[in-house]
Amino acid sequence: MIAEKELKEERRITLNRIAKMIGIVRVTLFSFLLICIFVLPGSAGYQKVLNVQIREAQMRSSPFFLGKIIARLAYGNRVEVLEDRGAWKKVVVPDGKIQGWIHASALTTKKIALQAGKADVKTSVTGGELALAGKGFNATVEAEFKKKNRNLDFTWVDRMENFKFTTENIQAFLKEGQVISPEGGA
Amino acid sequence: MNTAKYIRLSFYLLLLAVMVFTSCQTMESVITTAATVAESQKMIDPSQAGAIRKHTSDVSRSFEDFTPEQEYYIGRSVAAVVLSRYSPYMDKKADDYLNILGQTLALASDVPETFGGYHFLILNSDEINAFAAPGGFIFITRGLLRCCRTEDAVAAVLAHEIGHIQHKDGLQAIRKARIAQAFTSLALEGAKTFGRQELAQLTETFEGAISDITTTLINNGYSRSLEYQADKTAVMILKRVGYDPHALTEMLAVMEKRLKSGGLDFARTHPSPASRITEIKMYIDKSSPVLIPEARQARVLRALENI
Repeated sequence: MIAEKELKEERRITLNRIAKMIGIVRVTLFSFLLICIFVLPGSAGYQKVLNVQIREAQMRSSPFFLGKIIARLAYGNRVEVLEDRGAWKKVVVPDGKIQGWIHASALTTKKIALQAGKADVKTSVTGGELALAGKGFNATVEAEFKKKNRNLDFTWVDRMENFKFTTENIQAFLKEGQVISPEGGA
Repeated sequence: MNTAKYIRLSFYLLLLAVMVFTSCQTMESVITTAATVAESQKMIDPSQAGAIRKHTSDVSRSFEDFTPEQEYYIGRSVAAVVLSRYSPYMDKKADDYLNILGQTLALASDVPETFGGYHFLILNSDEINAFAAPGGFIFITRGLLRCCRTEDAVAAVLAHEIGHIQHKDGLQAIRKARIAQAFTSLALEGAKTFGRQELAQLTETFEGAISDITTTLINNGYSRSLEYQADKTAVMILKRVGYDPHALTEMLAVMEKRLKSGGLDFARTHPSPASRITEIKMYIDKSSPVLIPEARQARVLRALENI
């Protein structure tokens, strides 16, 4: 009687173990499935949603470096990719109807977490915003660096950044100099 | 109960399965995702998941992992160091000309968009020299501009520097250990853990990175292969915009005559113009030089008349 009871108990434990093993296999397979869903599309095709990784991205009407600018997107803005053509991506702003071409160098798959309404990262210099705006080498670190290196003068660095020309300026410049792109314009 | 043990075991099994089925390139994202999945299934706690992610990412960090924003801030400080050794020429007409030309060329590069854009400044120096600080801050000396007889030649000089930015050559000068250090500091999650001490440490790393780059830019120069690569990119950009790529070799020929051996400028930091010309001739079309329109020649002479 005792031996039979022990045998039953042993069988129960074994069954329990098998059930657990099945559970583990299920968890493993489920997790693997999740990975297939989230990771593999990234390597198979392009990521559908991309983020603007520069201060201001220019959305153009055609996939060409002198294409007309139809919109400007801010740092951290998200876009959906509709089409790829070379280094250009046709994108659409998720909550808008504007669509156009943005050069791939302006976009990243990495999510950029900004504090709401703080699109200009240069203004986010307090410690609390550090983790939200660009982490790492940012305006806060630059300010610390300046404190330690008071001999360095950033006046002309700031002035340099004000040298800016529009696509219209550039087109007029090329026309005046009779510089003709072999790739053709749009 | 041994449930926790089994769950942990299944997590390792999962990792193993993943390792078998994926290549090394996607390993980082896969492990990171696995850690996230495991965390969401309460298999491991957030700190364990964080540790896995951090460990995985630290190993594979390189200069390419700096975001355009970080590159921009590195570039600003490198630019400030360059400007502590050289003074700006302060000729608005010439600077404007250089910027509209340079920004046109940058648009045709493979990296037309950087965080803060491309900006150009003339340095008041007779040295034949140029510097490209990360993110798009480009400096050209008066001495180098004097080697340019045409707008196409000026374009060639600027396009070469844009090439250095496009290839992130400045960032490549940062020592590997320093990059690992930077990303270890950055791995600290959340504003709460990012206190004064971390900021001080990050600033120190930043300072080191600036010093690595400026030492390479100003004193040692890039490797020959990086210079040849920048020349190749310059030729590509010139062709895309519609300038004569032969202007690059013409400018180098003038430079060859003007460089003093043992000088503190291009002679020290670049391969000799002659060897660059030899290299460029290996891939450039043999077509005869293009005749430069009068209007184009007139405006370069006008813009750079005091150079």
